[in-house]
Amino acid sequence: MNFRTDRQRVQGLGSAKEGTGHFWQQRVTAIALVPLALLFILPYARSLGADFATAQETYASPFNAIVAILFILTAFRHLQLGLQVVIEDYIQNHGTRTVCLLINTLLTTAFALAGVFAIAKVAFSA
Amino acid sequence: MADVNRGNRPLSPFMLGKDYRLQLNSALSLAHRITGIGMALAAVMTVFWFLGLAYGPESFRTVDDLVTSWIGGLVLLGSVAALWFHLLNGVRHLVWDTGHGLEIEQTDLSGKAILAATAVLTLLTWILSY
Repeated sequence: MNFRTDRQRVQGLGSAKEGTGHFWQQRVTAIALVPLALLFILPYARSLGADFATAQETYASPFNAIVAILFILTAFRHLQLGLQVVIEDYIQNHGTRTVCLLINTLLTTAFALAGVFAIAKVAFSA
Repeated sequence: MADVNRGNRPLSPFMLGKDYRLQLNSALSLAHRITGIGMALAAVMTVFWFLGLAYGPESFRTVDDLVTSWIGGLVLLGSVAALWFHLLNGVRHLVWDTGHGLEIEQTDLSGKAILAATAVLTLLTWILSY
């Protein structure tokens, strides 16, 4: 039995060969984010509104810095996967959709790496 | 086979409008997306806060004052609530993925439970962060 639609046959794009990869990555990052969010939130919330030296000292701790880096990396990957689904669901125009997906990939990657760099710099210079 | 009845089916977001009656479960599903998208803002704010800290005391003051202003505080409170809701509802989804808790009474109960837990944990986080 052929499950491919007329449109797919005409476009000749075939399977994306990714299978359940997106679904699975969304779950893996979700599971990782449960302990990471729990460990990240309190030191971070306590640093907001604190003075510079206190905030710097918090992230001079290797544990807090590593948790923060893992949290930022995983959260932005999870965010990228989630926003991708939202874009694919609601934006019908092919061109607009492609541009939005591209912007999503570029911005989430850029912010994740900027965050990691900032945390590392704080941890190393404190 | 896959071409059968294409075009008659409602397109996403079909859960809003005449095709679907809004209920707790669909409202929470919608809230999961909204909190997810909303936390993009919180994530970007967090990166800017760390960048401010990395650049030194002066830039830290600017960014931290912004984050802890009344409008920043409002965004923070919303973000904390969004984080707890999204985390708890996400765990609910992971449980559903294993095939458990899918009966209507069970989803209604777990839905109410995560709403209550979101309120408690948000308040607790707010108190503990001082």
